[in-house]
Amino acid sequence: MSETKEVTTKKSGEVQTKKQPEVFLRPLVDVYENETGLTLKADLPGVSNDKLNIHVDKDTLLIEGEVNISMPENLEASYADVRATHYRRSFTLSPELETEKIDASLKDGVLSLHIPKREQFKPRKIEVRTA
Amino acid sequence: MFGMFPELSLLDQFQRLQREIDNAFGVWATPANIRAVAHGAWPAINVGTTDKQVDVYLFAAGLDPKKLDISIQNNTLSISGERKIEMPEADNYYLQERFSGEFKRVLSLPTDVDPNKVDASYKNGVLHITVQRSEASKPKQIQVK
Repeated sequence: MSETKEVTTKKSGEVQTKKQPEVFLRPLVDVYENETGLTLKADLPGVSNDKLNIHVDKDTLLIEGEVNISMPENLEASYADVRATHYRRSFTLSPELETEKIDASLKDGVLSLHIPKREQFKPRKIEVRTA
Repeated sequence: MFGMFPELSLLDQFQRLQREIDNAFGVWATPANIRAVAHGAWPAINVGTTDKQVDVYLFAAGLDPKKLDISIQNNTLSISGERKIEMPEADNYYLQERFSGEFKRVLSLPTDVDPNKVDASYKNGVLHITVQRSEASKPKQIQVK
Protein backbone atom coordinates (compact mmCIF):
# COMPACT_ATOMS: atom_id res chain seq x y z
CA MET A 1 0.00 0.00 0.00
CA SER A 2 2.39 2.63 -1.22
CA GLU A 3 1.04 6.07 -1.94
CA THR A 4 2.72 8.58 -4.16
CA LYS A 5 3.21 12.03 -2.79
CA GLU A 6 3.13 15.32 -4.60
CA VAL A 7 6.03 17.61 -3.97
CA THR A 8 5.09 21.23 -3.67
CA THR A 9 7.47 23.86 -4.88
CA LYS A 10 7.09 26.90 -2.68
CA LYS A 11 7.28 30.31 -4.26
CA SER A 12 9.83 32.38 -2.43
CA GLY A 13 8.46 35.22 -0.38
CA GLU A 14 5.40 33.26 0.63
CA VAL A 15 4.54 33.92 4.24
CA GLN A 16 3.95 30.95 6.50
CA THR A 17 1.00 31.89 8.70
CA LYS A 18 0.31 28.48 10.23
CA LYS A 19 1.07 28.22 13.93
CA GLN A 20 4.36 26.43 14.43
CA PRO A 21 4.91 23.92 17.23
CA GLU A 22 7.84 24.67 19.52
CA VAL A 23 9.56 21.29 19.40
CA PHE A 24 10.22 19.14 16.36
CA LEU A 25 11.23 15.53 16.02
CA ARG A 26 14.17 15.00 13.70
CA PRO A 27 13.43 12.05 11.46
CA LEU A 28 16.28 9.61 10.89
CA VAL A 29 17.31 9.21 7.28
CA ASP A 30 19.41 7.17 4.87
CA VAL A 31 20.84 9.01 1.87
CA TYR A 32 22.70 7.41 -1.01
CA GLU A 33 23.60 8.27 -4.55
CA ASN A 34 24.07 6.49 -7.83
CA GLU A 35 24.44 7.66 -11.42
CA THR A 36 20.77 8.47 -11.87
CA GLY A 37 20.26 10.50 -8.74
CA LEU A 38 19.97 10.67 -4.98
CA THR A 39 17.71 8.52 -2.84
CA LEU A 40 16.53 9.59 0.60
CA LYS A 41 14.62 7.34 2.99
CA ALA A 42 13.15 8.82 6.14
CA ASP A 43 11.40 7.18 9.10
CA LEU A 44 8.22 9.10 9.85
CA PRO A 45 6.15 6.70 11.97
CA GLY A 46 2.63 7.96 12.63
CA VAL A 47 2.51 10.26 9.61
CA SER A 48 -0.25 9.65 7.08
CA ASN A 49 -0.07 10.84 3.48
CA ASP A 50 -2.29 13.86 4.11
CA LYS A 51 -0.14 15.03 7.04
CA LEU A 52 3.10 14.95 5.09
CA ASN A 53 4.54 18.03 3.41
CA ILE A 54 7.56 18.10 1.17
CA HIS A 55 8.66 21.52 0.02
CA VAL A 56 11.40 22.55 -2.34
CA ASP A 57 12.33 26.21 -2.10
CA LYS A 58 15.22 27.06 -4.41
CA ASP A 59 17.96 24.74 -3.15
CA THR A 60 16.32 23.69 0.12
CA LEU A 61 14.37 20.50 0.58
CA LEU A 62 12.10 20.57 3.61
CA ILE A 63 10.35 17.49 4.97
CA GLU A 64 7.56 18.06 7.49
CA GLY A 65 5.04 15.65 8.93
CA GLU A 66 2.53 15.49 11.72
CA VAL A 67 1.94 12.45 13.89
CA ASN A 68 -1.65 11.37 13.51
CA ILE A 69 -2.57 8.38 15.68
CA SER A 70 -5.87 7.31 17.17
CA MET A 71 -6.06 7.59 20.92
CA PRO A 72 -8.87 6.88 23.37
CA GLU A 73 -10.35 9.71 25.35
CA ASN A 74 -8.93 10.56 28.77
CA LEU A 75 -5.66 8.83 28.03
CA GLU A 76 -2.98 9.80 30.51
CA ALA A 77 0.66 9.61 29.54
CA SER A 78 2.65 7.26 31.72
CA TYR A 79 5.82 6.78 29.67
CA ALA A 80 7.05 8.52 26.54
CA ASP A 81 10.06 8.29 24.26
CA VAL A 82 8.31 10.45 21.67
CA ARG A 83 7.45 13.84 23.12
CA ALA A 84 6.50 15.92 20.12
CA THR A 85 3.97 15.67 17.34
CA HIS A 86 5.80 17.19 14.40
CA TYR A 87 8.70 15.96 12.33
CA ARG A 88 10.92 18.39 10.52
CA ARG A 89 14.22 18.17 8.70
CA SER A 90 15.71 20.09 5.82
CA PHE A 91 18.52 19.49 3.36
CA THR A 92 20.42 21.67 0.95
CA LEU A 93 20.34 20.47 -2.61
CA SER A 94 22.96 21.06 -5.28
CA PRO A 95 22.35 22.53 -8.75
CA GLU A 96 22.81 19.29 -10.68
CA LEU A 97 19.70 17.84 -9.05
CA GLU A 98 16.45 18.08 -10.93
CA THR A 99 14.17 19.33 -8.16
CA GLU A 100 11.13 19.52 -10.44
CA LYS A 101 11.22 15.77 -10.88
CA ILE A 102 11.43 14.57 -7.29
CA ASP A 103 9.49 11.38 -6.81
CA ALA A 104 8.08 10.72 -3.33
CA SER A 105 6.17 7.85 -1.81
CA LEU A 106 5.12 6.93 1.71
CA LYS A 107 4.59 3.40 2.97
CA ASP A 108 4.19 2.24 6.57
CA GLY A 109 5.71 5.48 7.82
CA VAL A 110 8.77 5.29 5.57
CA LEU A 111 9.21 8.15 3.10
CA SER A 112 11.16 7.38 -0.07
CA LEU A 113 12.39 10.29 -2.14
CA HIS A 114 14.23 10.01 -5.42
CA ILE A 115 15.88 13.15 -6.73
CA PRO A 116 17.14 12.65 -10.29
CA LYS A 117 20.24 14.28 -11.71
CA ARG A 118 20.01 16.53 -14.73
CA GLU A 119 20.90 14.74 -17.93
CA GLN A 120 24.05 16.78 -18.60
CA PHE A 121 25.42 15.92 -15.16
CA LYS A 122 25.08 12.18 -15.46
CA PRO A 123 28.44 10.50 -15.82
CA ARG A 124 29.30 9.48 -19.34
CA LYS A 125 31.86 7.06 -20.50
CA ILE A 126 34.15 8.50 -23.13
CA GLU A 127 34.96 6.06 -25.86
CA VAL A 128 38.50 6.19 -27.08
CA ARG A 129 38.79 5.69 -30.77
CA THR A 130 41.57 3.56 -32.01
CA ALA A 131 43.57 5.10 -34.77
CA MET B 1 -3.86 15.48 35.67
CA PHE B 2 -4.30 16.86 32.18
CA GLY B 3 -7.81 18.07 32.71
CA MET B 4 -6.71 21.68 32.54
CA PHE B 5 -5.64 21.36 28.89
CA PRO B 6 -8.37 19.46 27.10
CA GLU B 7 -7.41 20.96 23.73
CA LEU B 8 -3.97 19.39 23.74
CA SER B 9 -3.31 16.11 22.03
CA LEU B 10 -1.75 13.24 23.93
CA LEU B 11 1.70 13.83 22.49
CA ASP B 12 1.60 17.45 23.53
CA GLN B 13 0.59 16.19 26.96
CA PHE B 14 3.63 13.91 27.05
CA GLN B 15 5.78 16.88 26.28
CA ARG B 16 4.09 18.96 28.96
CA LEU B 17 4.40 16.13 31.48
CA GLN B 18 8.10 15.86 30.78
CA ARG B 19 8.61 19.58 31.05
CA GLU B 20 6.71 19.73 34.34
CA ILE B 21 8.76 16.88 35.79
CA ASP B 22 12.02 18.38 34.58
CA ASN B 23 11.12 21.78 35.95
CA ALA B 24 9.95 20.55 39.31
CA PHE B 25 12.56 17.97 40.21
CA GLY B 26 15.38 18.10 37.72
CA VAL B 27 15.86 15.41 35.14
CA TRP B 28 17.16 12.68 37.45
CA ALA B 29 14.60 12.81 40.24
CA THR B 30 11.93 10.56 38.76
CA PRO B 31 12.48 6.88 39.45
CA ALA B 32 13.08 5.00 36.24
CA ASN B 33 11.49 1.67 35.54
CA ILE B 34 13.89 -1.21 36.19
CA ARG B 35 13.39 -2.31 32.57
CA ALA B 36 14.00 1.14 31.13
CA VAL B 37 16.64 1.34 28.44
CA ALA B 38 18.90 4.15 27.36
CA HIS B 39 17.13 6.91 25.51
CA GLY B 40 17.23 6.42 21.80
CA ALA B 41 16.45 2.69 21.76
CA TRP B 42 14.57 1.58 18.67
CA PRO B 43 11.64 1.58 18.35
CA ALA B 44 10.49 4.51 20.47
CA ILE B 45 7.58 3.67 22.78
CA ASN B 46 4.81 5.74 24.33
CA VAL B 47 2.47 4.31 26.95
CA GLY B 48 -0.80 5.81 28.07
CA THR B 49 -3.46 4.56 30.44
CA THR B 50 -7.17 5.03 30.96
CA ASP B 51 -9.46 3.41 33.56
CA LYS B 52 -10.32 0.67 31.09
CA GLN B 53 -7.12 -0.06 29.21
CA VAL B 54 -3.43 0.49 28.67
CA ASP B 55 -2.33 1.75 25.25
CA VAL B 56 1.17 1.08 24.00
CA TYR B 57 2.45 2.80 20.85
CA LEU B 58 5.61 1.67 19.09
CA PHE B 59 6.98 4.13 16.56
CA ALA B 60 8.37 1.54 14.19
CA ALA B 61 8.18 2.52 10.53
CA GLY B 62 8.66 0.01 7.75
CA LEU B 63 7.93 -3.19 9.67
CA ASP B 64 6.37 -6.36 8.40
CA PRO B 65 3.63 -6.92 11.00
CA LYS B 66 3.66 -10.66 10.28
CA LYS B 67 7.20 -10.91 11.57
CA LEU B 68 6.40 -9.32 14.92
CA ASP B 69 6.41 -11.36 18.09
CA ILE B 70 4.25 -9.82 20.79
CA SER B 71 3.85 -11.67 24.07
CA ILE B 72 2.51 -10.86 27.47
CA GLN B 73 3.24 -12.65 30.70
CA ASN B 74 1.49 -11.36 33.77
CA ASN B 75 2.10 -7.65 33.36
CA THR B 76 5.26 -7.82 31.29
CA LEU B 77 4.84 -7.08 27.62
CA SER B 78 7.58 -8.01 25.16
CA ILE B 79 7.70 -7.01 21.54
CA SER B 80 10.39 -8.35 19.27
CA GLY B 81 10.93 -8.36 15.56
CA GLU B 82 13.29 -7.46 12.83
CA ARG B 83 13.66 -4.60 10.43
CA LYS B 84 16.19 -5.42 7.81
CA ILE B 85 17.13 -2.52 5.58
CA GLU B 86 18.56 -3.67 2.29
CA MET B 87 20.92 -1.02 1.02
CA PRO B 88 20.92 -1.09 -2.76
CA GLU B 89 24.02 -0.80 -4.91
CA ALA B 90 25.07 2.81 -4.83
CA ASP B 91 28.16 4.82 -5.56
CA ASN B 92 28.04 6.86 -2.39
CA TYR B 93 26.35 6.44 0.96
CA TYR B 94 26.03 9.71 2.83
CA LEU B 95 23.81 9.03 5.81
CA GLN B 96 22.85 5.73 7.37
CA GLU B 97 20.89 6.63 10.47
CA ARG B 98 17.92 4.33 10.22
CA PHE B 99 17.85 1.27 12.43
CA SER B 100 18.46 -2.06 10.78
CA GLY B 101 18.43 -5.43 12.51
CA GLU B 102 16.64 -7.28 15.28
CA PHE B 103 15.01 -5.53 18.17
CA LYS B 104 13.28 -6.40 21.41
CA ARG B 105 11.60 -4.12 23.86
CA VAL B 106 10.14 -5.23 27.17
CA LEU B 107 7.97 -3.10 29.39
CA SER B 108 6.12 -3.42 32.66
CA LEU B 109 2.44 -2.63 32.50
CA PRO B 110 0.21 -1.84 35.47
CA THR B 111 -0.40 -4.99 37.53
CA ASP B 112 -4.14 -5.09 36.86
CA VAL B 113 -3.98 -5.81 33.11
CA ASP B 114 -5.80 -8.79 31.67
CA PRO B 115 -3.32 -10.80 29.54
CA ASN B 116 -6.20 -12.46 27.68
CA LYS B 117 -7.50 -9.19 26.28
CA VAL B 118 -4.78 -7.82 24.05
CA ASP B 119 -5.25 -6.20 20.65
CA ALA B 120 -2.59 -5.09 18.22
CA SER B 121 -2.80 -3.12 14.99
CA TYR B 122 -0.22 -1.59 12.66
CA LYS B 123 -0.91 1.64 10.79
CA ASN B 124 1.32 4.28 9.20
CA GLY B 125 4.35 2.74 10.85
CA VAL B 126 2.94 2.78 14.38
CA LEU B 127 2.19 -0.45 16.22
CA HIS B 128 -0.67 0.11 18.65
CA ILE B 129 -1.20 -2.48 21.37
CA THR B 130 -4.22 -2.24 23.64
CA VAL B 131 -4.38 -4.26 26.84
CA GLN B 132 -7.63 -4.23 28.80
CA ARG B 133 -7.51 -3.78 32.54
CA SER B 134 -9.39 -6.24 34.65
CA GLU B 135 -12.92 -5.45 35.77
CA ALA B 136 -12.15 -5.66 39.49
CA SER B 137 -9.63 -2.84 39.47
CA LYS B 138 -11.72 -0.22 37.69
CA PRO B 139 -12.45 2.76 39.89
CA LYS B 140 -15.82 2.51 41.61
CA GLN B 141 -17.97 5.23 43.02
CA ILE B 142 -18.81 4.59 46.65
CA GLN B 143 -22.08 5.92 47.90
CA VAL B 144 -22.21 7.31 51.41
CA LYS B 145 -25.36 6.19 53.15
